[in-house]
Amino acid sequence: MKIPILRLERILLVSIQVDLTDNDAMQFQSDLVEQVAEIEALGVAIDITALDVVDSYMARVINDTASMVRLLGAEAVICGVQPFVALTLVEMGRDLLGADCAFNLGQGLEILRGRIATRGDTRFSENEDV
Amino acid sequence: MSESAAVAHIPLYQAADVVTARRAARELCEQLGFGKADQTRLATAVSELTRNVIQYANHGECVIENRSTTTQRCIWVLVQDHGAGIANLEQALTDGYSTSGGLGAGLPGTRRLVDQFHIETTPQGTCITIALVKPL
Repeated sequence: MKIPILRLERILLVSIQVDLTDNDAMQFQSDLVEQVAEIEALGVAIDITALDVVDSYMARVINDTASMVRLLGAEAVICGVQPFVALTLVEMGRDLLGADCAFNLGQGLEILRGRIATRGDTRFSENEDV
Repeated sequence: MSESAAVAHIPLYQAADVVTARRAARELCEQLGFGKADQTRLATAVSELTRNVIQYANHGECVIENRSTTTQRCIWVLVQDHGAGIANLEQALTDGYSTSGGLGAGLPGTRRLVDQFHIETTPQGTCITIALVKPL
């Protein structure tokens, strides 16, 4: 199962629409990190609206992916955590999902754009002028 | 209600079986009239436990049963394997402890999600039963 990664200029959008096996999740992680490096992405939005179960393993993969993306130099936002997923994750243990979150993809993109702008990155303003 | 003891039996051999098990748990939970919060709790708990089997014991099985009575709604899950057992159970039930580089939320986290949690582990295998129980 390959998760499509969409490119919007130098922002990458990923929407996880299916219930991933552990192997799929690892594949997704390496695909995304690879693509962030390849296009020197400025930001990544990961939409998990469709996930109705996020267990500790999946939470770790999502967290780790966000950290990796940041290590490379891009911003990362997780979008669309379902209310019952949030409830379950907090009940299971604190800090299971430590990455930055937004209600939906639209808000996630706004956050990314704002963040990219405030970090004073010339790469982005160059892009804007195009 | 007690006569319709819906049962799901899922053999656990590969990573995809974890997905099958958690889906079955959610579906049965929904059929029995549990709310979305409980459906998510149980599906997550089953996901954690069945993954442990794949990760540490290679194979095992998951059984999900409707154990509702006239006075309560109850969904019961058994997850067992014939692996080497858990060497230090007390430690495994402690927050933040993990032998696999996980977040260490596995067993203690799972225990917090369900109403009943029982674990037996020997060098011949581990058997965990969990249940969600709601008075009618």
